[in-house]
Amino acid sequence: MERYWKKNLQTLALLLFIWFVVSFGFGILWVEELNTIRLGGFKLGFWFAQQGSIYSFVILIFIYVIRMNALDREFKVNED
Amino acid sequence: MDLLTWTYLLVGLSFALYIGIAIWTRASSTQEFYVAGGGVSPLANGLATAADWMSAASFMSMAGIISFSGYDGSVYLMGWTGGYVLLALLLAPYLRKFGKFTVPDFVGDRYYSNKARVVAVICALFISFIYVAGQMRGVGIVFSRYLELPIEWGVVIGMAIVFFYAVLGGMKGITYTQVAQYCVLIFAYLVPAIFISMQLTGNPIPQLGLGGNVADGVPLLDKLDGILADLGFEEYTSGKKSASDMFMITLALMVGTAGLPHVIVRFFTVPRVRDARLSAGYALVFIAILYTAAPAVAAFGIYNTIQSTSEKPIDTLPAWVTNWQQTNLIGIEDKNGDGKVQYLADPATNELRIDKDIMVLASPEIASLPNWVVGLVAAGAMAAALSTAAGLLLVISTSVSRDLFKTFRPEISEKKELRIARIAAAGAVLLAGYFGINPPGFVAEVVAFAFGLAASSFFPVILLGIFSTRINREGAIAGMLAGLVFTISYISYFKFISPELNTADHWWWGISPEGIGTLGMALNFLFCFGVSYLTPPPPKNVQDLIQEIRIPKGAGKAYDH
Repeated sequence: MERYWKKNLQTLALLLFIWFVVSFGFGILWVEELNTIRLGGFKLGFWFAQQGSIYSFVILIFIYVIRMNALDREFKVNED
Repeated sequence: MDLLTWTYLLVGLSFALYIGIAIWTRASSTQEFYVAGGGVSPLANGLATAADWMSAASFMSMAGIISFSGYDGSVYLMGWTGGYVLLALLLAPYLRKFGKFTVPDFVGDRYYSNKARVVAVICALFISFIYVAGQMRGVGIVFSRYLELPIEWGVVIGMAIVFFYAVLGGMKGITYTQVAQYCVLIFAYLVPAIFISMQLTGNPIPQLGLGGNVADGVPLLDKLDGILADLGFEEYTSGKKSASDMFMITLALMVGTAGLPHVIVRFFTVPRVRDARLSAGYALVFIAILYTAAPAVAAFGIYNTIQSTSEKPIDTLPAWVTNWQQTNLIGIEDKNGDGKVQYLADPATNELRIDKDIMVLASPEIASLPNWVVGLVAAGAMAAALSTAAGLLLVISTSVSRDLFKTFRPEISEKKELRIARIAAAGAVLLAGYFGINPPGFVAEVVAFAFGLAASSFFPVILLGIFSTRINREGAIAGMLAGLVFTISYISYFKFISPELNTADHWWWGISPEGIGTLGMALNFLFCFGVSYLTPPPPKNVQDLIQEIRIPKGAGKAYDH
């Protein structure tokens, strides 16, 4: 069980790192730098702050769901 | 049909639907009253969570706030969605495995202390109450603007409807009602957004239209930057707030969202741990549909407003301007007497005053859409306010009946407990209605409180309760109190005691009261660790409980039905 928990924590660390980078990183801390790049009619930093971060959040949760379900099965702690 | 008839028809039909669902799903046991009998599918729970979460503020005000603050408004977009990542990854699955009814239940059991439970109950009641008063006010505003009823009667009708399905139906009743309310509110939000996006940019998807070009081939956002700069405002895509303040507010809103009791409690209603994870994902998808459309509605709204008013003769303004002038949401004052409207950043020469709620409420009229769309937006705003109010009332009533009564008088019967829950909900409806009719001037200010308190009280102790086996009763109580006292003091000082000092020069490290929950949270963590390591570790049975909730297997049994 300790290995299950450790793998869980590794998954969380990676996903939360991405969570931080797309919102606080791209949307706030490096927004000016990213705004020099364009994505269609958007400045990239502005796009991350108002839309891109939200899309990323959705994807992160679904990656988490898939990864944890696989982990549950691997360690036979899944529910039927 | 005229506008008023359409509005009555659509609002009336949606109310009939909610009441019908409430009767169909009437709760009979305490378990059904609190958590819908544990039998809600992840998809339905995701829909209900989205409706529960998106309040009158999300529906009516958020786009308008972004219209007038541009990039700075991003804190709400990121803050109110990013919290779901924390909720899905760090809290929801484990709280579902724990398998009780409320957040104070978890705090009380994990920290083997009724003192900790009572602190948690007080926070939960305070947070929920602030919120519910705001929703009732929202209901009253919609009624008075669209149905031409006095605001008092609007609030009374809203109270009666919420009372009917939340108090009689319990969690089971509100779950399926909220599913219906989500459908109504998202449809009402997207229809005008799609039409306006087509008109302005030719792209039917508003999320993409925001990055599209206007008629002369220039990207909308660049055009908007130029127009606003000419009028003396900040560029739309760059803000006024400092990066550090943006950072702190966003984090406080995210963590606060994850710590809100009426959102957390929704994840107790699904059958299994993996359903709790999935259902948080669904919830965020449904929330994201509105939250990614909102910045588009915001930019279209401010663009259209400036195009149709700025430097235009006052007597040839479009009809919607004069319509909304009557409700006092738009004000025009010809200061320089040239017979035209000047919309400028400088308050001394600006002649146009626009309320932020206009951007959503008047959007169908701005785009010259048919009358039924206007009625639809009214029904959508109502759905947003009612669904959130119902979820909050349930938290209030369970906090009183279960966390207070049942804890100290464990011998009361299930039937009596259910009755106390219903009486508490009824009391909360009445009190909320009173504040809806006689709003204390500070309703808007105290919203900062709700998020600040959720961030500085609940989030750290729930998180550490799951991820640390060393944090004990003493640490949790010290942490919650430290976070609370600090956050309440800071917000009260700048909002109520010395509001004239509420500027960046006087804030600590440039952190506004909206963002101070982040610091309160840090303080909570610090006290949790410090005090816990100076006092004995939690007893063996609590250590076992923590190991138990970390593993999904075995959660299904608690809610066989």
